Amino acid sequence: MTYETIATISQVTSLLLFIAMFATVLAYALWPRNGPRFEAAQRRALDLGRGPDGDTGGSGQ
Amino acid sequence: MKHEVFEKNSMLLLIGILVVVSIGGIVQIAPLFWVESTIEKVKGMRPYSPLEQAGRDIYIREGCYGCHSQMVRTLRDEVERYGHYSLAAESMYDHPFQWGSKRTGPDLARVGGKYSDQWQAEHLINPRAVVPESIMPGYPWLAQTKLDVEDIAARLKTLRLVGVPYTDEMIEKAKTDLAAQVTPDSRPARELLRRYPKAKVGKFDGKPGNEPTELDALVAYLQVLGTLVDFTSFDASGPNAR
Amino acid sequence: MAAPGVEERAAFADAMALLGALIGAGIGLALLLGSRDSGMAFHGLLFMLAGLLAAAFILQRSFDGNEPPEASNDYMDGPIRVATIAAVIWGIAGFIVGDVIAWQLAFPALNLDLPWTSFGRLRPLHTSAVIFAFGGNVLIATSLYVVQRTCHARLPGRWAPWFVVWGYQLFIAIAGTGYLLGITQSKEYAEPEWYADLWLTIVWVVYLLVFLGTLAKRKEPHIYVANWFFLAFIVTIAMLHLVNNATIPVSLTNPKSYIVYSGVQDAMTQWWYGHNAVGFFLTAGFLGIMYYFIPKRVERPVYSYRLSIVHFWTLIFLYIWAGPHHLHYTALPDWAQTLGMTFSIMLWMPSWGGMINGLMTLSGAWDKLRTDPVVRLLVVSVAFYGMSTFEGPVMSIKSVNSLSHYTDWTIGHVHSGALGWVAMVSFGAIYCLVPWLWGRRGLYSMRLVEWHFWTATIGILLYITAMWVSGITQGLMWRAYDKLGFLQYSFIETVEAMKPYYMIRAVGGLLFLIGALIMAYNVWRTVRGDEPVDAADQPRIAAAPELRLAPAE
Repeated sequence: MTYETIATISQVTSLLLFIAMFATVLAYALWPRNGPRFEAAQRRALDLGRGPDGDTGGSGQ
Repeated sequence: MKHEVFEKNSMLLLIGILVVVSIGGIVQIAPLFWVESTIEKVKGMRPYSPLEQAGRDIYIREGCYGCHSQMVRTLRDEVERYGHYSLAAESMYDHPFQWGSKRTGPDLARVGGKYSDQWQAEHLINPRAVVPESIMPGYPWLAQTKLDVEDIAARLKTLRLVGVPYTDEMIEKAKTDLAAQVTPDSRPARELLRRYPKAKVGKFDGKPGNEPTELDALVAYLQVLGTLVDFTSFDASGPNAR
Repeated sequence: MAAPGVEERAAFADAMALLGALIGAGIGLALLLGSRDSGMAFHGLLFMLAGLLAAAFILQRSFDGNEPPEASNDYMDGPIRVATIAAVIWGIAGFIVGDVIAWQLAFPALNLDLPWTSFGRLRPLHTSAVIFAFGGNVLIATSLYVVQRTCHARLPGRWAPWFVVWGYQLFIAIAGTGYLLGITQSKEYAEPEWYADLWLTIVWVVYLLVFLGTLAKRKEPHIYVANWFFLAFIVTIAMLHLVNNATIPVSLTNPKSYIVYSGVQDAMTQWWYGHNAVGFFLTAGFLGIMYYFIPKRVERPVYSYRLSIVHFWTLIFLYIWAGPHHLHYTALPDWAQTLGMTFSIMLWMPSWGGMINGLMTLSGAWDKLRTDPVVRLLVVSVAFYGMSTFEGPVMSIKSVNSLSHYTDWTIGHVHSGALGWVAMVSFGAIYCLVPWLWGRRGLYSMRLVEWHFWTATIGILLYITAMWVSGITQGLMWRAYDKLGFLQYSFIETVEAMKPYYMIRAVGGLLFLIGALIMAYNVWRTVRGDEPVDAADQPRIAAAPELRLAPAE
């Protein structure tokens, strides 16, 4: 395997992997149905006001 | 969408993370082990002699790498200041590598032979005695501490396990070779030179007797740095290009 | 929760913990008697004492009938309190050593010509103390705090969390004293020798299990994003630690070992480790802190939760490639250098995404920057994060790196991240945590936080500006040519030129240290139970949850 082959293969694979990963994550994060769910989940996790299930924590506020 | 899978299953999150963080290491590190052009073909490289290796272990113990690099980069000013740029082959027997990351002091990749043994010994004991503006710490205890030679054969054996080509003979004679390097013009010293060509033999710390001190070992190591590869026969093109 | 078998299970846990402690003590004794290296024998002694102390502690707890039974839905905060205090103590120790070596560079006589006080041995002590002892304890404390609160679940195990915290302190003690005694494998930020590495591996696996166990027990369906960052930090550090420390000891009673890699492969593995110690220990872990403590302290949700998800995956994907930028123009093959540079530059993008997300969480509550100095610490830390994650990609460009590498510019860059980002966000988290963990109505004094903020900030600015000037000066002097085409300066002339900057840097470090001492005093008074002197100036969130007034809205 020559130097040039190694350079090309590593650069092309890494770029493709990054594009694939980035596309998946974007789709996941921006999926319309997810927005409200994320908001509700983080309010409960941070104990900011009452989530739908109320506060189940031991010493949360 | 499969998003809930990640959010709601901690094991899958764990595996997802592991996959994502493994890729970079695999693509960057693994080829270095099997692509042959990574390490140039050169003449002259050999494993360190027992005294040089003991000196290297002291170099590591004292944290010299914190201020001194051993890597001449492929830049014009560095090649003019220090000498030929460093080759991968020159550290092929270095476990671990000592390329360093900071030059509070100068690069040491080619310091071997640049100064006399006496200069090196005095400089290590009190750097400001020879270079008044130096900010290097003094290492006077090295001159007063006898080198621990008991486990030198075990050390070479361990190095052989990780790939340094020490022969049975080299390991068997490790202790005598170690003493021979501070006993110039002796039969053991000639044998040492047969096993370790270009090794420098001498009273490194300037004191008589053939019980080496830690200073002897460290100076022997410094004096071999960058002196082994034969650059007259080195061709930077072809398979050695990087 | 009075299910049958609870007591039996506790008794079994105690018995196993006791057995473990005694095995540890036995191994320590074996090292103490078996090693001809005095340093390793000393570590055997430390190990044995730690095992015996642990055994005594377990026995006492186990037979203590008066122990108040903790309800199982309560959180387990004892180990977190220990880690918080440990962080303050180790932090100060690490800052002191750092400032001492800063003065040594200006005045070499301070090396004292003794092995245990020379720069080469103290420098790894400083880096390990601040990164692993201070930073590590902050991460253990915050991660175990956050994972319980955001999952509404208690840490699993009766002894496991205690083992993580105290086991980690033992690792620090062994590693730190080892450097002073000359026991090191010389891999930067991975200097501890093989037996300390093995011990850390055990502690770390239990840490991972405790963290995962809490996630598994959670009462919330969703895993909050801060926990993603903490989990990535824990597992990636485990992977890096195992691969980068693959050594073969000379013998089981010899502290010395040789790494299985050599030369260029070792260099690549080391900086893959080294840069990701920055990426996952000092960045991902502390981003977990940012994503909990900033929204919590300002009582508003994260600016964009969607952005935090994109931030997370892109950051961990890109960081792992960045290592080779430490090896530009070296004997590492060019293709690897190019990859390292490209990914380092791309890393700017998610880093700033994270910064924007942290800063904008304050939108609509910017007045808190003025009224709450703890918020200011947290926010300024994120600003420093933005600054050093811009500087980093710039320095990874090969032509810039040819000037900056090996100089103090790198040191300045590291410290703008370490002091400005890591330490400041840690201080903010500690100021939040202490009243919450000890059930206080607030910090002893907000005025002192204000003082800490300003001394630390001025200290950081002095530090990094001095290092910019000295680094760029030195880089330019090394490559300067005179009219005849010869190198203009000898190396020692470039060393001499650094002296004033080294002194400014040491003064900056001293200010930073004084700030930390102010914090330690404030924490001590708060823990002791002294009433806040300026309770009216403190936001309601400063108080422990059970003491908070109802929200104003």
